[in-house]
Amino acid sequence: MRILGSRQRAMTIASLLFALLSIAGAATALADTPAAPPDLAARVADLEAYVTNGAPKALITPGPGHNAWMMTSTALVLFMTLPGLFLFYGGLVRRKNILSVAAQCFGCAGLVTFLWWAFGYSLVFAGGSPVLGGFKFAFLNGVTSMPNADYAAWVSQNVFSMYQLMFAIITPALIVGAIAERMKYSAMMAFIAVWMLVVYFPLAHMVWGVDGMMNGVWNAKAAIKSIDFAGGTVVHMSSGWSALVLCLILGKRSGFGKRVFAPHSLVLTMIGTGMLWVGWYGFNAGSAVASDGIAANAFTTTTLATGMAACVWPLLEWITRGKPTVLGFCSGAVGGLVVITPGAGFVTPSSAILIGILAGLVPFLACTKMKAFFNYDAALDTFGVHGVGGTMGALLTGFLANPEVNANLNTNLAGVVGKTLWLEQLKAMGLTVVMSVAATTVIALAIKATFGLRPSVEAEEEGLDQTDHGEAGYHPEEGGAHGSYVGEMAPSMAQVTSAQSAERA
Amino acid sequence: MKKIEAIIKPFKLDDVKDRLREIGISGMTVYEVKGFGRTGGKTEVYRGSSYVVDFVPKVRVEIVVQDTVVTEVVTAIITAAKTGTIGDGKVFVTPVDEAIRIRTGERGEEAV
Repeated sequence: MRILGSRQRAMTIASLLFALLSIAGAATALADTPAAPPDLAARVADLEAYVTNGAPKALITPGPGHNAWMMTSTALVLFMTLPGLFLFYGGLVRRKNILSVAAQCFGCAGLVTFLWWAFGYSLVFAGGSPVLGGFKFAFLNGVTSMPNADYAAWVSQNVFSMYQLMFAIITPALIVGAIAERMKYSAMMAFIAVWMLVVYFPLAHMVWGVDGMMNGVWNAKAAIKSIDFAGGTVVHMSSGWSALVLCLILGKRSGFGKRVFAPHSLVLTMIGTGMLWVGWYGFNAGSAVASDGIAANAFTTTTLATGMAACVWPLLEWITRGKPTVLGFCSGAVGGLVVITPGAGFVTPSSAILIGILAGLVPFLACTKMKAFFNYDAALDTFGVHGVGGTMGALLTGFLANPEVNANLNTNLAGVVGKTLWLEQLKAMGLTVVMSVAATTVIALAIKATFGLRPSVEAEEEGLDQTDHGEAGYHPEEGGAHGSYVGEMAPSMAQVTSAQSAERA
Repeated sequence: MKKIEAIIKPFKLDDVKDRLREIGISGMTVYEVKGFGRTGGKTEVYRGSSYVVDFVPKVRVEIVVQDTVVTEVVTAIITAAKTGTIGDGKVFVTPVDEAIRIRTGERGEEAV
């Protein structure tokens, strides 16, 4: 009995062990099921899916080529803001305000990065309602190097998230162009924090979110079947129209119309424009979220439209005023980039030429005739270029989108493209304008009523570099402008001599 | 003839200029200057180093006018430049011996 008993015990233990092992084995087998060698055809099919940017069946991994291009594009789009947009705008302001533009651009980069990590990315790209995403990816929870097949089957989701962050950074930074030289830094930052929450995140979700109500290409149930390749509505219309409202509520710069507010360095503006153009390849071609044929087409159309617009604007100046200006070249190029943005991956190169010509013409009229007619002070023409240009681009995309360029237009939009797409575009544009204008009005008036939008006239005349940041962009005298050069060193012969030699030089 | 020199806050230049235009003053010379008065200097800190700001930026407006309008001009400058806070500046009036318009050779009050 005893022996039998111990034998039985031993057998029980053995069978238990066996059971455990088989469970473990079964579990391993379960986990291994996808790896159970698929046949060669399936493996080749997945590889082909990688090359053609299709959906893989078993191979769930970031693609090295896709990631390489998307990380490059991410860096390019950041380069558009820092330092591209800063230099473009910074050169256009007076020298006493250049650092305030730097701080505004950098402030956007910092503040929006924080918001994006906390809940911005989630509100835009997690599934939720047609209007706003959910909190699934809050604090970038679950956003790893593995792809999110809702958006890109071959791009690491963390790279995708960083790429989209750069768009979220440049959009509020564009508004700087309308309110430059006359908005308190604290008011600007407060405005942007709220604006991102009530305008950008919902709008970006509607247009790009997998269940967004204006995502005509990917969401079969989209209420408005509109298309926006790289952010004509989300980025340019939203910032442009908000900029117009904000600059109207702010009022004109002190001394506007009495003194010349000439750009203090068109050299910087020119450098910034070049950086914007280069960076915009990441913005437009990168918006294919792959380096596929659609990206190649976006790259081409971006170049053609920008080149055309950069010629048309100064040509019009030449005809109407006798001289083509460098600022005209710069404005034309940015106009072309803005107008091609919503259609870059949807239109043919010939359409891009047409878009480029209109992009030189219409924003030119907006910045010269319309601004003079309505007599508002959009300091650096954010509305004339981004608001008007973005609006025109969104509409043109409705007329010119071509399924031969982008086969994705055949999936959910087969009955719309080439027929009523422009009406859908109009709806999307209307919604964008209403959201931007209404939200900006409320936020701006709330800030005005509480801690104020503008610095004192004295501070504005002294320059925001000194009054908001305690620094100076340029130090005309020895010893620097924060601090008195005379205070630091007694007026000596050395100083007099150097002043004289500077004069001689 | 008198020379009126006014040291004012830079942001008040537009107001002063507009006010003077209104009372018929047709010309002036403007300098960007630095200086201090009774306010003295103040200590500021930038990136850990403290420094004394002795000289603050001001604008100096210089006008030469006929004796008859001196009071009117001075009043105009004072009204336009006044903020009531420290550092509003000063006005100095000095006699001028002679004035010549280079182009025509006119002299005296006709030349100012």
